[in-house]
Amino acid sequence: MTNHWIDLKNSDAILAIGCNPAENHPISFKWIEEAMDKGATLISVDPRFTRTSSKSNIYAQIRPGTDIAFLGGLMNYALQNNLIHEEYVREYTNATFIVGEQFDFEDGMFCSFDDQEKTYDLKSWAYATGGDGKPMRDMSMKNPKCVYQLMKKHYKRYDVDTVCAITGTKKEDYLKVAKAFCSTGRSDKAGTILYAMGITQSTHGSQNVRAVALLQMLLGNIGIAGGGVNALRGESNVQGSTDYGLLFHTLPGYLKSPEFDNVDLKSYNEKWTPTTKDPKSANWWGNTPKYTVSLLKAWYGDNATAENDFCYDYLPKRMGNYSFVKVMEKMGRGELDGLVCMGMNPAAGGPDSNSSREALGKLKWLVTVDLWETETSIFWKRPGVNPKDIQTEVFMLPAASSIEKEGSISNSGRWAQWRYAAIHPVGDARSDLHIIDEFYKRVKSLYVKQGGAFPEPITKLAWSYGNGHEPDVHLVAKEINGYFTKDMTIVDKDKTLEFKKGDQVPMFKYLQADGSTVCGCWIYSGSYTKEGNQMARRDASDPTGLGLFSKWSWCWPVNRRVLYNRASVNPAGAPFNTKRPIIAWDSLEKKWKGDVPDGPWPPMKDDKEGKYPFIMLPEGHGRLYALDMKDGPFPEHYEPVESPARNLLSKVQSNPVVKVPKNVSSDTGRFPYIGTTYRVTEHWQTGAMTRSLPWLVELVPDMFVELSVSLAKEKGIKQGDQVKVTTERGSIQARALVTSRLKPFNVQGKMIEQVGMPWHFGYAGLATGDSGNVLTPTVGCANTGIPEYKAFLCNIEKGGKAA
Amino acid sequence: MGISRRQFLQGGALAGAALALSGKPGEASVDAPDLRTKGLKVTTTICPFCSVGCGLIVHTKDGKVVNTEGDPQHPINQGALCPKGGALFQIANNEHRLQKVKYRAPGSDKWEEKSWDWALDRIAQRMKETRDKTFKKTELNKKDKKEYVVNRTDGMAFFGGAGLDNEECYLWSKFGRAMGVGQLEHQARL
Repeated sequence: MTNHWIDLKNSDAILAIGCNPAENHPISFKWIEEAMDKGATLISVDPRFTRTSSKSNIYAQIRPGTDIAFLGGLMNYALQNNLIHEEYVREYTNATFIVGEQFDFEDGMFCSFDDQEKTYDLKSWAYATGGDGKPMRDMSMKNPKCVYQLMKKHYKRYDVDTVCAITGTKKEDYLKVAKAFCSTGRSDKAGTILYAMGITQSTHGSQNVRAVALLQMLLGNIGIAGGGVNALRGESNVQGSTDYGLLFHTLPGYLKSPEFDNVDLKSYNEKWTPTTKDPKSANWWGNTPKYTVSLLKAWYGDNATAENDFCYDYLPKRMGNYSFVKVMEKMGRGELDGLVCMGMNPAAGGPDSNSSREALGKLKWLVTVDLWETETSIFWKRPGVNPKDIQTEVFMLPAASSIEKEGSISNSGRWAQWRYAAIHPVGDARSDLHIIDEFYKRVKSLYVKQGGAFPEPITKLAWSYGNGHEPDVHLVAKEINGYFTKDMTIVDKDKTLEFKKGDQVPMFKYLQADGSTVCGCWIYSGSYTKEGNQMARRDASDPTGLGLFSKWSWCWPVNRRVLYNRASVNPAGAPFNTKRPIIAWDSLEKKWKGDVPDGPWPPMKDDKEGKYPFIMLPEGHGRLYALDMKDGPFPEHYEPVESPARNLLSKVQSNPVVKVPKNVSSDTGRFPYIGTTYRVTEHWQTGAMTRSLPWLVELVPDMFVELSVSLAKEKGIKQGDQVKVTTERGSIQARALVTSRLKPFNVQGKMIEQVGMPWHFGYAGLATGDSGNVLTPTVGCANTGIPEYKAFLCNIEKGGKAA
Repeated sequence: MGISRRQFLQGGALAGAALALSGKPGEASVDAPDLRTKGLKVTTTICPFCSVGCGLIVHTKDGKVVNTEGDPQHPINQGALCPKGGALFQIANNEHRLQKVKYRAPGSDKWEEKSWDWALDRIAQRMKETRDKTFKKTELNKKDKKEYVVNRTDGMAFFGGAGLDNEECYLWSKFGRAMGVGQLEHQARL
């Protein structure tokens, strides 16, 4: 989230698209309702009439996978009706930037597509640059090659009638949404967009997110109280686990994991450190070398020196794509020997679960660390297989629960909150921290004794977290925050700061690229300082009344509660919205007041020191037009890979950059219905954490498949009947839940039914049932690989085995 | 007085005043919130389910969790909880929780109970064998036909965990990369 949960109360219009907070983030509704009590409009855009829809002022039905058409239509509506926040768009986004001559878009395709490789040449989309090396701009935004004009032209095609024909939304509902949400383009109004997996789980998921961001930038809604682009994340610490780099392409703090041709630290830094010729651009990623070296110092300690490139050589270098689905495919081909799952359940959480379960059987060894048995840990005795045929050696380790250990987690609003051990772990269970510590110590001991392949990355690792039986979590947290490795004198403007060797770094602006600082995750620098553990703070004061709660826990980066807040003020530093100023420049005291600003510099207008607000981009301006997306600078509507509809906007049916696997089918003769997955309040994810809790099992004991009254009638299915749902991947059986929450979609004049189901079930735990993900396709987003769980084709039949 | 918890809550200040005046709290129903948890050890925590980050308080007695409830001081949830957060109690008090290390030998149809030492030693051995066997010092780039140093362990993947604490995630990343694991992935990709 650019903003945070309590900030929802500051909104005038809340657009929930591809998420269902009333069901899946129930307590967030406290703040949504607070906004509604003050007159805010809640808009729910969803394929199903959800619990969120039932509380909304406006509900609009949308066919799964057509979000870009829906959001593109809203952009067009705002542009055509002059509802955009013009000053914001002109000053803070790249609307004024001129794009190079080469750029072109025709009938669904951007220029420079390689049909063999299925890739675009991203260089062909670059800005036109002037003699000073800076991108050329037209502040009048009239140049036909400026981003504003290109964007206007691109989305002109997304007129209301075309959009509604694609999305299946009723025109009057669509117009209500457009009018209500685009009214937040005024500077005294705030609109927020909430989204979750309905947006991301798509072959154009990243472009869906971009469409959200584009609309928010046009309306001037990013950086302000009650605004933002707000991803409602699914797990308690999926924000933190992402921050700490548990993805193949990242290291902690969103540093890139090195690629094969980043042959040394110098070439790594050159590749991943953006540059700018514009002095008004803060270009924060220009600090990449400081964060990288501080990370290497945290990992290799005194062994990391300038002479040995800070042990950069020890980091694995990637060549290709190791995203989840690719790893599972490789496992399925028998090319992996081992897998360790720390609280993850690929046998039920990944797409095409039958293939995942088969793949696990190709491993030589599997380690699982969980609170309960999961579909993954007992895959070898799942229904329908003979354990004798499965040669995988399985270790199932019992983990401590969240109240049996100490540490922090980061919520969706980036608040890192400290938890305490209330009791010892049950039985022989141990914390994950302890288990990882043991893995390391024992592997290291083997390498020290026996040698082996390139032992140094392991034997030289700096790993010292106390002398107790358990590693000291505070020492880990302190290493993450960072400390000085020698006495330092730092001159910061008019202040001279003295630091001693071993002192905690106060914040990341003091990190160095010469090895004099250690920092395990730069964005968390400031979380554990000389003043102590900031994540454990419990001061519930809120002097602004905006709900920032700046002294409660700690929020990355530098305790800034609203990201990009320099865009909430005009170039002179005065808040656009005087009723809800998130920051304001005090010209007498020459400082910012309110939230921690996005950098200390004076307002943008200041000739000497002023900076643009979008500090993470080298051009300092929010990108209405992207330079680094694999599938185009503007989000363009394509159909999901499995779709009952023809693309009405171009001849290009589905995302041209996505390679389509064999196990998908758009044969509407065999699979006439749209399938989608979702979650319920009473269960969580694959159910591993909820299907063994008797209270929750009592509330939702069974797997079910939801269908409309009309489809039930057509198929002769009654409430509670056993039904069988089939896709190209497999079939499941479950009870039928017939509701009026589901309605068919009008798809180009034909009514197409939908079938919905949770993905919480499986064969492990107290309450069992078939897994929704047996049905879902492995094809994923062009940029991230997130599978298209939300839009697939299926069939449903009455029958199947009795309950 | 014999008021129920429900009446106590409904009565609010009046009931509280009556209690204070009577000076005999022992006469109140034992399920009045402040009495129910009196004398117990209190810790705070954050809900382990969704990402709203609601606060809870955990009451323990003799090393056992006897009560969990929403933290009224927490600014996000102000004491409120959803059904999952409300069920935190059953995570700590749950007969189905894994309490022992279990091992399933290749081709076996059952779990065997093992000691931590045995399992951790064997896992470390497996990790080392796999790393030594599948470690890739260099890799050929098909595009420029050049060999590059990659120092990567290709025969092993690490998955998880969005349910881990930050400090655990950090060490998982640190250990994984030191092991040469490129195939480091978790729920955020799904």
